[in-house]
Amino acid sequence: MMNIVWLIPLFPLLGFLIAGLNVRRISVVISGWVASAMILLSFILSLLVFLKLAGGAPSETIRLFDWIKSGDLNIPFEFLIDPLSSIMMLIITGVGLLIHIYSIGYMHGDEGFNKFFAYMNLFIFFMLLLVMGGSYMVMFIGWEGVGLCSYLLIGFWNRNHENNNAAKKAFIMNRIGDLGFLLGMFLIFTTFGSLSYSIVFAKASVLSPGTIVITIITLLLFAGATGKSAQIPLLTWLPDAMAGPTPVSALIHAATMVTAGIYMVARSNILYALSPVSMSVVTTVGLTTALLAAVIALFQNDIKKVLAYSTISQLGLMFLGLGVGAFAGAMFHLLTHAFFKALLFLAAGVIIHALDGEQDIRKMGGLQKKLPWTYFIFLTGALTISGIPPFAGFFSKDEILAAAFSKSPVLWISGIIVSIMTSFYIFRLFWLTFKGSFRGTSINSNDIHEGPRLMIIPVLILAIFSALGAVPLVLNGIENNSLAEFLNPVFKTTAGILQKGSALSTGTNSALMIITFIFMVLSIYISYVVFFKREKVPAGDASQRMGFIKAAYNKFYIDEIYETLIVKPVSGLSGFLQNKIDFKIFDRIVESIGRLVMSAGSKIRLLQTGNVGFYLFAIVICIIMVLVFNLFK
Amino acid sequence: MEQTINIIPIQYYMLLCTLLFVIGVAGVLIKRNALVIFMSIEIMLNSVNLLLVAFSVYHNDPAGQIFVFFVMIVAAAEVAVGLALVVMVYRHTHSIDIDFLNKLKW
Amino acid sequence: MMTILLILFPIFGSALVMFSGSDKNVRRNALIIASIEFALSLVVLSEFKNTGLPELSVSIPWIKGAGVNFHFAMDGISLLLVLLTTFLFTIIILASSTVQSRRLNLFYGLILIMETALIGVFTSQDGIIFYIFWELALIPAYFITSLWGGTDRIRITFKFFIYTITGSLLMLGGLIWLYLHTPDPHSAEFLALYKVATTQNNQFWLFAVFFLAFAIKIPIIPFHTWQPDTYTEAPAAGSMILAGIMLKMGIYGIIRLLLPLCQSALAALQNGIIIMIVAGIIYASIIALRQNDLKRFIAWVSIAHVGLISAGALSLNQIALNGAIIQMISHGINVVGLFIVIDIIQTRFKTRDMRELGGIAKSIPSLGIIFMIILLGTIALPLTSGFVGEFMLLNGLFRYNAWISVFAGTTVIFSAVYMLGMYQRVMLGGASTELPIEQKRLSLNELIALISLIIMILWIGCFPNFILNLAGPAVQTILNYIQ
Repeated sequence: MMNIVWLIPLFPLLGFLIAGLNVRRISVVISGWVASAMILLSFILSLLVFLKLAGGAPSETIRLFDWIKSGDLNIPFEFLIDPLSSIMMLIITGVGLLIHIYSIGYMHGDEGFNKFFAYMNLFIFFMLLLVMGGSYMVMFIGWEGVGLCSYLLIGFWNRNHENNNAAKKAFIMNRIGDLGFLLGMFLIFTTFGSLSYSIVFAKASVLSPGTIVITIITLLLFAGATGKSAQIPLLTWLPDAMAGPTPVSALIHAATMVTAGIYMVARSNILYALSPVSMSVVTTVGLTTALLAAVIALFQNDIKKVLAYSTISQLGLMFLGLGVGAFAGAMFHLLTHAFFKALLFLAAGVIIHALDGEQDIRKMGGLQKKLPWTYFIFLTGALTISGIPPFAGFFSKDEILAAAFSKSPVLWISGIIVSIMTSFYIFRLFWLTFKGSFRGTSINSNDIHEGPRLMIIPVLILAIFSALGAVPLVLNGIENNSLAEFLNPVFKTTAGILQKGSALSTGTNSALMIITFIFMVLSIYISYVVFFKREKVPAGDASQRMGFIKAAYNKFYIDEIYETLIVKPVSGLSGFLQNKIDFKIFDRIVESIGRLVMSAGSKIRLLQTGNVGFYLFAIVICIIMVLVFNLFK
Repeated sequence: MEQTINIIPIQYYMLLCTLLFVIGVAGVLIKRNALVIFMSIEIMLNSVNLLLVAFSVYHNDPAGQIFVFFVMIVAAAEVAVGLALVVMVYRHTHSIDIDFLNKLKW
Repeated sequence: MMTILLILFPIFGSALVMFSGSDKNVRRNALIIASIEFALSLVVLSEFKNTGLPELSVSIPWIKGAGVNFHFAMDGISLLLVLLTTFLFTIIILASSTVQSRRLNLFYGLILIMETALIGVFTSQDGIIFYIFWELALIPAYFITSLWGGTDRIRITFKFFIYTITGSLLMLGGLIWLYLHTPDPHSAEFLALYKVATTQNNQFWLFAVFFLAFAIKIPIIPFHTWQPDTYTEAPAAGSMILAGIMLKMGIYGIIRLLLPLCQSALAALQNGIIIMIVAGIIYASIIALRQNDLKRFIAWVSIAHVGLISAGALSLNQIALNGAIIQMISHGINVVGLFIVIDIIQTRFKTRDMRELGGIAKSIPSLGIIFMIILLGTIALPLTSGFVGEFMLLNGLFRYNAWISVFAGTTVIFSAVYMLGMYQRVMLGGASTELPIEQKRLSLNELIALISLIIMILWIGCFPNFILNLAGPAVQTILNYIQ
């Protein structure tokens, strides 16, 4: 079984080649199904791998071939199949499969249909490499590869330069993080002499906590994670990335790619556990991002933008979990988030599809009757993200919050604030979209129809999973849920290093849960009063806003700050360097050497009088001078 | 044969040659007639030839005399080219005064 | 014997090409000769044992009394560069065959002479012969640029010629000085030159003249001012040869001559020089951001990329040196690909100005995909050729000095910024000029050329060990000379 795992990423690659090389030939519908079939095959294999691991099989490193071998640099192309990668593989192929099927409906009639599926399959290929890789190098291949696919898919409709700019921005911001990742790899390599997890972690686990090298390594790697998972300071690309087709937003920018940062930190759990500094950096960045993004999400009016900021915020929450040492909890939330956020995006996609591309929630409303299925699905998603039991989000969020509480109550309170804001903005979205009366202008409300079955069924499956998926996992209690048990081999060493403070007593835990629950319900109720009872609709773009709200509405001007601090100076510097330094200094020096020779020539040539007598005289004088010189030498 | 030449001390040859050479140099410098300058150059060359021969005998080394042949050949070639040039100059300017030949400047 | 054949075949071929009548015959014959040459180099590859020492050695005395021999041999580095040369010349001749221009027989004849010169440079084992081929390469480059170039070609080519020949003459001075210091009987063989004992003071002079010669050729900032103009003015094939192969002469010179000859001077100056080069990388990257002319843009990009290669080579780190070699290959392939794409754009749209272009991915879809892959190679995405080299170079530099690697690493970001910006301006957006239907497809020649390049990009990216295995022992030999 384990020796054919390389087939798992191979199928999507095959799908990419089939769809990609026949961009103009295969009949459109088939290529969508072929692509989905490839993902299905990968999913089945991943499931088999998972079952095998769940049955007690040990983790395994599979070495395929030597990739880069030169001197003492030896980087094999290897896979590591363990519970952590297995869970990720299931998420990627499972959610990926559903979204592929959904896309067949969503992208129907688009002129780039084949291209779309080619890119999607390529993305799954790279994402699988990322999680299956047995060394940081293979992870980096996937890491950069998914960045590429993200670029291609954000700019999928590339006639419009706004989309292209968003795509470019995503890629560049990712690249900034990637530089950190790359440097981190160099440092890992100089420190441990290898990039393979098996060797690095084995050598690291004997180090004492607080080693400075480990801190630098983990911080550099985390820089990569901030890029990929859109954390402060590299967060602004993700909202812009919503320019891509909605299935892309669901798959790449919610469920899988953006969680790569979480996966990476979880994978490197031993390294992070060895560096308290890095852990607190992860905590701080995660929490700040979660708060910031949640605040911004409260004031956005584009349905996808709200979901994008929500994603950033949830990712921040996961980083908070990682930072406080709840690796399994963060992975749990990653899992449930993949379901409910993909669900919300796909539901949003159905709405956008039905409204002919309208994304502004101020122009929606009253869609409950028109889109009953979507209404139900979206409600499930909203309840899940708000953390209402027994929906999955409740358990995963609780695990992170509980861990945060045991670290410090301040962290817990901040987490609760984030959660309150989360349920508020998501229900604001919900009420404004589905309740009240239809406010759209560009489309007649009678023309709105529920999406095709091809789109509804995958979303329905996701809805079932996000609603009830977590229940079987937590039958043994939330702390010791089955997922944590399953992941235990991966995080065992770390748990030893961290020596977690006394676990929360069941009583405290239940109390926290109840408090959280009350806050959530309260928050939903407030949003109900504001947006349903009073039917308040957010003000238009042009209307005056004051102080904090204005700042939040404008995303705290982060883009503008980057624009003035980085983009403009570099652009100005570019002109300065070319016109002032290059032309005025470097080139002028070279040219003036030439000019010096020319002008010297024009002076010296005056000696050439043309008078033969003078020449003869000069010859004789020179000969005499030579003779005299030799005489007295 | 060697004895008869060796009767005249080598210094005499050197003196004569120097004299001839100086005459040649003076001719080149003072005269304005291209033909006369030519002749002066020939005097200089031949003064050197004479000296070479003299030393050759003095040292009993034939290499010097072989050099003289080379010099004579080169001189002959030079005269052939030089005289042709002078003739051409005369045809164009109806003069062989070198002060006329100042077109080739700057 | 194969080595001699490899060197002489193109120059005889060029005679054939010059006298082969119609333009069509000229193109066909040039292509045939270049392909045979490529095949020959593959034969050499199959005979190659890769011991790390020069193999397939041929030595014919030239100036017996002076100890100058036509001594040619190849180690792994030479062979790789020879393979690169023969491969790229085939591609260049194939791709440039659509260009309509005057006196094609002379054009292709000169290109083939150029091939001889380059192979001569990469294989010679004698300092004087090395120099002769080094200069021989300049002559066809001069004529190709000055006869078929753009409007400002005369001034630009003059500058190019004078600038590079100044550097070369300095190198000749250095070579002669070394030659005179070899024990009697003098010899200009590289191995003899390596053994010349030099004082620290002499080392600095030697370093200065050799470094200047190579820095101008590569070019390393601030000795680069000839380069953007020349790349812009040269005809397409000329730019490809200049950027794809000729500048590799400089890096090859650094590895082959500068490193073994000037160790102690290098040890003293290494830090300063590498910092200068890395500053140059950032400088060139920033300037590349605002270029509008596609060829000038590529010129700046090329400066930035080869800067990294030279910095890696000078760091004397084994990984970085191997990285420099694989990156030389990769850069050659990528830059030729970029120039071919630009040539295709220019012949179809009659402009290279990014401000006037746009939406080409819509009018020529296959070009959009091909261009994207070459671009990915240039920005060093994993599994493309650029990544392996860049990773090894930066990794080696990191071991040399972490901070230098951090600054050199910004090239990872900059390359994404300028390449994607360029791609967006040229290829994406609304469709620009409507093309006649026959121009919407790439011709067969263009397709074959570009697809071969893409195959190379992906192959090297996925299986770089072929190149690393060839380069490894030779690099080790050079490092052994140094330690």
